[in-house]
Amino acid sequence: MPSAPAGTLYRGREGMWSWVAHRVTGVMIFFFLLVHVLDTSLVRLSPETYNAIIGTYKNPVMGLAEAGLVAAIVFHAYNGIRLILVDFWAKGPKYHRVMLWIVVGLFVVTMAGFLPRHLMHVFGGE
Amino acid sequence: MSAQTQGAAAIADPGAPYRRRRTTRGNFELYTWVFMRASGAILVLLIFGHLFVNLVAGEGIKAIDFGFVAGKWANPFWQGWDLVMLWLAMIHGTNGVRTIVNDYAERDGLRLVLKLALYAAFIVVVTLGTLVIFTFDPCPAGAPADLLPSFCST
Repeated sequence: MPSAPAGTLYRGREGMWSWVAHRVTGVMIFFFLLVHVLDTSLVRLSPETYNAIIGTYKNPVMGLAEAGLVAAIVFHAYNGIRLILVDFWAKGPKYHRVMLWIVVGLFVVTMAGFLPRHLMHVFGGE
Repeated sequence: MSAQTQGAAAIADPGAPYRRRRTTRGNFELYTWVFMRASGAILVLLIFGHLFVNLVAGEGIKAIDFGFVAGKWANPFWQGWDLVMLWLAMIHGTNGVRTIVNDYAERDGLRLVLKLALYAAFIVVVTLGTLVIFTFDPCPAGAPADLLPSFCST
């Protein structure tokens, strides 16, 4: 295996950056998933323990992190559907760039729906 | 090579079907490739539903406490939902990270250690999560009633 790649196969642009973003968001989601199963498992210990830990998810810093997590999931989901279309739809490779901008558009619309509601839950009073 | 053909130049059996690959380790990577797409499509539905019910509907994150989780897992529908989501997401995520480790960890020893840690995490998290979903008691004895779902007191 060569230790340094000779030349650059990918030249930036939509195809490469969507691939990079898919990897980065995928890793973020995976590590959250490990933590999320562990914190949810605390329901098995006692109601008090679970409520104490889940309470930390409700402070503003964690609330913003959750918004980031949801953003990562939404991008990974929409770009994953685009990836399936590129692989299985005959015209997928031809329209992969257009589909990425559709992904970005749907991402913006979804987050515009989610963020106000979530941030009101996090920052709003009782 | 058997004793009979030694000394003579080995000639491939002309009747053998053409094989693009001289050696094969099976179709494992093909199956994982298909799995990533199939499980991904299902996970979009499962996780969007999960996020909507837990973060958007009702009081969102504020409403999540022991009573909320207990109320969901008293229902076999949500037990099944979360079980399928746990397994598909963990296999999908583990395979994704496995691919990334294979791509970037070039030293054999490092790659082996990272993948062993990854598979250990997979086994621990999937086993723990599955056990919790099925051995969970929504109304543990001795717990304060105000922390429990309302159906515990009836």
